[in-house]
Amino acid sequence: MPPIEDLVRPTRESRRAIVGGVVATAILAALIVLGSRNLQQFDAALVAYTFGVLFATFGLVYRYVMWLHRPPTAMYWRRGWEAALASRHRAHNVGRWFGRFANDVLLNHFIWSRDKIRGLTHNLIMWGCALAIAITFPLVFGWLMFQTVPGHPTEYQAYVFGFPTFTFPSDSLFAVLAFHGLVIAAFLVIAGVMLAMRRRMRDGDAAALQLFSEDFLPLILLFAVSLTGLMLTASYTWMGGSAFEFVAILHAVTVIFTFLWLPFGKFFHIFQRPAQLAVRFYKDLGRHGDEPAHCARCGHAFTSQMHADDLIEVERALGFRYELEGGGHYQLVCPPCRRSLLAQAQGEAWRHLRGGLVVAPGAAPEHVNPGLGEGPLGYEDRDNFHG
Amino acid sequence: MPVPPTLHYFLDPGRCIGCNACVQACAECDTHRGQSMMQLDFIDHARSPQTVPVICMHCDTPTCAEVCPADAIKRTEDGVVHTARKPRCIACNNCVLACPFGVPKMNNAANLMMKCDLCYDRTSQGLKPMCASVCPSGALWFGTEEEIRELRPASKTNREFRFGGQTITTRVRVMVPKDRAETHLDVTASLRRSRDADPMLDAMYDEGSP
Repeated sequence: MPPIEDLVRPTRESRRAIVGGVVATAILAALIVLGSRNLQQFDAALVAYTFGVLFATFGLVYRYVMWLHRPPTAMYWRRGWEAALASRHRAHNVGRWFGRFANDVLLNHFIWSRDKIRGLTHNLIMWGCALAIAITFPLVFGWLMFQTVPGHPTEYQAYVFGFPTFTFPSDSLFAVLAFHGLVIAAFLVIAGVMLAMRRRMRDGDAAALQLFSEDFLPLILLFAVSLTGLMLTASYTWMGGSAFEFVAILHAVTVIFTFLWLPFGKFFHIFQRPAQLAVRFYKDLGRHGDEPAHCARCGHAFTSQMHADDLIEVERALGFRYELEGGGHYQLVCPPCRRSLLAQAQGEAWRHLRGGLVVAPGAAPEHVNPGLGEGPLGYEDRDNFHG
Repeated sequence: MPVPPTLHYFLDPGRCIGCNACVQACAECDTHRGQSMMQLDFIDHARSPQTVPVICMHCDTPTCAEVCPADAIKRTEDGVVHTARKPRCIACNNCVLACPFGVPKMNNAANLMMKCDLCYDRTSQGLKPMCASVCPSGALWFGTEEEIRELRPASKTNREFRFGGQTITTRVRVMVPKDRAETHLDVTASLRRSRDADPMLDAMYDEGSP
């Protein structure tokens, strides 16, 4: 056990993460002051939310910087940018980036592929949250404000960053949608949360793996935020403002707790997942712009040489020593041959009793029955398993 | 609920008869319904009917988890290395390429790595994994060390594997002869021997030989 001073002393990585968090928080604070015209447009009633977002910003950037320090993440971060900005593909990549952003981030195609109900669930929760954030954050930061037009009590004017912009009648469709956007968002989120809860209570796989902090708490928080938000609307619409103060405090507590939870639990995937766009560019480069690696045992081409070399570097940085006696690296043996090597090692151990295995040098293994769903799951498996 | 510490998975590839029962049963597992995670290979189909089943070995220091940039693969305290957490996996393929036993698969359409998770829905309840519950030859077996000792008195278990300079210990055990002195299996040994494979067998299967 290291001395306690070593445990509490910040490492170089954590110092960088703290600096990153402080800088990002300071930039956001400056933008709030600037965008709200020196806080003139700032709604003091929302100050608790503002501080909640500022704390969450620090936590998120801190965790993100710490995450980027992990050797595999650092490698992919660097390689992803290099691949996306590779000069010979830059113009093409811009188009592909928009396509993939729409497919992966906006439409969640890959989640629909996993399961239709999960796709619907995620879309409901994601779009409900996105709508709520798009409405509330500019209001909380003082970047957006609505005021009645002097002399025209039924007209509203929108102020963006303190500048007067368009006006609209208070009984227009736009006004109804704008002022009830959070109600719509709440219903989307609640529907998604119900579907997610249903799965977590019925599915055997979810039941076996789920954790309260990782899987239930985010759903409970989203439900609490949505429900207390709806209670506010119900209070001032149908109950003459009854219990409004109490519900407002309850809503603020649930929202701020959700903000503060962002860096720690499942919500952090919102910030991690865009990395999959960079990964796609990296794979494109490996598949179409680089030489394949050839298995040191069977000679078949499998992944790209670039990916194999990068993994060797990552493994060394992590302390793994897969270097082979007499030169070479185990990373350059394809996955099927690794399975074969395990069998051969066991067969060799039993040679004096069972007679050993009949395997020609470099014989390429093959799946017994890929038709039963045992074989490759996609184009990468077909490459890597030469199936 | 964790998998009871006394229950282990025992792998004996030499007993495999290639019946495919494990492949079918694996697809029934609740955690990856309809998709088999078994890796069942002919290791040299031209020369031998020998088949080899490999499941996730559930390493104590899982290379797949260490090389995952998204921190998506978790090992629980009961020693089970779980398949990637769905919200996190970014489908980079690092785990597929880095696993020393060649186990994980990549589902490109779903942007998701998939692998055996020891039928956690069953084993965490003390039940056998699907594959081990149907294997007729005992190549895949699940139970306690005491039970396997009684069932196979000529065998002992091995959970240490060498890959060049790297030693990996696993939760899954591989059966080796009881009289074996070494405490590990040298997985990459046959790479060194590949140049001088068994000359008698080579001659026997050589098409030009009488």
